[in-house]
Amino acid sequence: MATVASNQRGTGSRLKTWWTILKISLEERFVYRGDFALGTLMRFLPIITQVFLWYAIFAASGKEKIEAYTANGVVAYYMLTMISRAFSSMPGLCSGIALQVRDGEIKKYLIQPIDLLGFLLLTRIAHKLCYYVIALIPFTFVFFLCRGFFENGWPEASVLCAYFLSLIMGFLLGFFMEASLGLVSFWFLEVTSLAFVYNLLNFFLSGHMFPLDLLPDWAAQFINLLPFQYLAYYPAAIFQGTIEPNQVWQGMALEACWLMAFIMIARIMLNRGIHRYSGFGG
Amino acid sequence: MPMALIELHNLQKTYRVYQKKEGLRASVKGLFKRTYKDVHAVKGIDLQVDQGEFVAFLGPNGAGKTTTLKLLSGVIHPTAGTASVMGHTPWQRENDYRRRFALVMGQKNQLWWDLPAQESFRLHQQIYGIETQQFNNTLDELTDLLGLRELLSQPVRELSLGERMKMELTAALLHRPEVLFLDEPTIGLDVIAQHNIQQFLKYYQQKRGITILLTSHYMKDVAALCKRVVIIADGRIQYDGSLSGIIDETTNRKLVTLQFADPITLQLLKSLERFGTIVQDEAPRVTLEVTRDDVPAMLTAILDAHDIDDLIVEEPPLEQVIADVFTRVTKSSLDARAENGDC
Repeated sequence: MATVASNQRGTGSRLKTWWTILKISLEERFVYRGDFALGTLMRFLPIITQVFLWYAIFAASGKEKIEAYTANGVVAYYMLTMISRAFSSMPGLCSGIALQVRDGEIKKYLIQPIDLLGFLLLTRIAHKLCYYVIALIPFTFVFFLCRGFFENGWPEASVLCAYFLSLIMGFLLGFFMEASLGLVSFWFLEVTSLAFVYNLLNFFLSGHMFPLDLLPDWAAQFINLLPFQYLAYYPAAIFQGTIEPNQVWQGMALEACWLMAFIMIARIMLNRGIHRYSGFGG
Repeated sequence: MPMALIELHNLQKTYRVYQKKEGLRASVKGLFKRTYKDVHAVKGIDLQVDQGEFVAFLGPNGAGKTTTLKLLSGVIHPTAGTASVMGHTPWQRENDYRRRFALVMGQKNQLWWDLPAQESFRLHQQIYGIETQQFNNTLDELTDLLGLRELLSQPVRELSLGERMKMELTAALLHRPEVLFLDEPTIGLDVIAQHNIQQFLKYYQQKRGITILLTSHYMKDVAALCKRVVIIADGRIQYDGSLSGIIDETTNRKLVTLQFADPITLQLLKSLERFGTIVQDEAPRVTLEVTRDDVPAMLTAILDAHDIDDLIVEEPPLEQVIADVFTRVTKSSLDARAENGDC
């Protein structure tokens, strides 16, 4: 990660810069606390339809289990993907970058000694932290009510660690993937349709729609190589133990590779994009 | 001779602009084959500015003023030419350079909209690495000068346009830039706010000895602040010198206002027209535009023939002189384009 205010100053003052940006973005987010609280509650609505759909599927098939999942297991899976998505989804990031490029606000980052990606990452962390603070109560409440769906109870400590790591990496991966998408706006001013395609792919390939291990082997093998699964399916699967503990690290290694790749892609796109912007635009 | 603080040599900027013809058919065609047109926003500017100067860029819309400021602040790359500001090439965007200048755009907002300006200032402190002691001193000084103290803790979105502009200026000056670029800092402001900002800029510039380049459409800004004026039109410098010099150099006309003791008749007006053009006729006053050299002869003739209560001889208003320069340049460039057949 490049520095936010890269200069000859020491690490201490750099950390202070980061901390200030984080603090100020947090204050800004709390201005919208009402909107946030409502948004959080609304997140639970779509899951209810999915639960009914799966109960119907189980009833029609007459089976206790579909692949690795019981009916309760499927509900638990959806609830867990909600947590994954609370880390990896980046509302407004792509469109925000596009808007800044289009209306020229990007100039701010060109004239000040500040790094756009670092700045956006910090404001996003603040955004998320603020969200968790507000969402913690409704999430705890709903999960407490639904504790019966988690038939296996809590996983053991090492799995829990892996789970949290996968959530953090999911956040970073989601950020850099969507930031790269937003940076496309240096070349095409309008990225809405591109973002639509991305979100559609994301919806299917991340496991947001259904557990990926229900897919036939050939498809699952292919999807396992893509970065999308880390945005929803992967952390949930670690928690539920549907991934063998000894295979967890393999997947994490691949995730780390994807993360590095997207950090580099975003970096290169930003540099090229600014060069192009300064050459043609303004 | 010491090198100038800002030096531009043959600076040029050409934009490539997508050309869309009217109609659906053309839009569909545009999907496959796009035609572009080169727009020469800046066609070769040579300029030297010394430390401590306060220079105004004047010019009609689209003349290349803002493009020049963008080039100087490193936001865009030039098509050709060189620029050096305090020894830096702006478009390399070194952090060392970015710490030494500021750009304020009257139509762009750099502060956090939902937060009090104070928070944005604190962020600036961190971004620019300003020591707390210096930060507090500078902020105190600026808020006192601009009368902002009461407003620091109010969200920016609740400030008036004038107050917001003052906050923008404060933010831009916190890191004590040596060079300041101002792009229409008083746009949309009422007369009092304009005046306040002018007074502030004048005082601050003299006190700190910073170098300021300003673009503005308000002649009052320019007259109040800048000894040196650069007129840019059609991407080139048309005039570079003192404000008063513009009138001497670009016009040879005077305005003569006569107040007659006798009633003004049609015949009298007719007789005046041989001296020049009547620009205002509000009995008992008549204002004429007269060639400078003809003024003495005209006055002798009129004073001989009529009773005059009052008499004023003055330069044409600055706005008008500059507007004339703009029109002349635009017209001649249109003519040139028409001759080249690329209109």
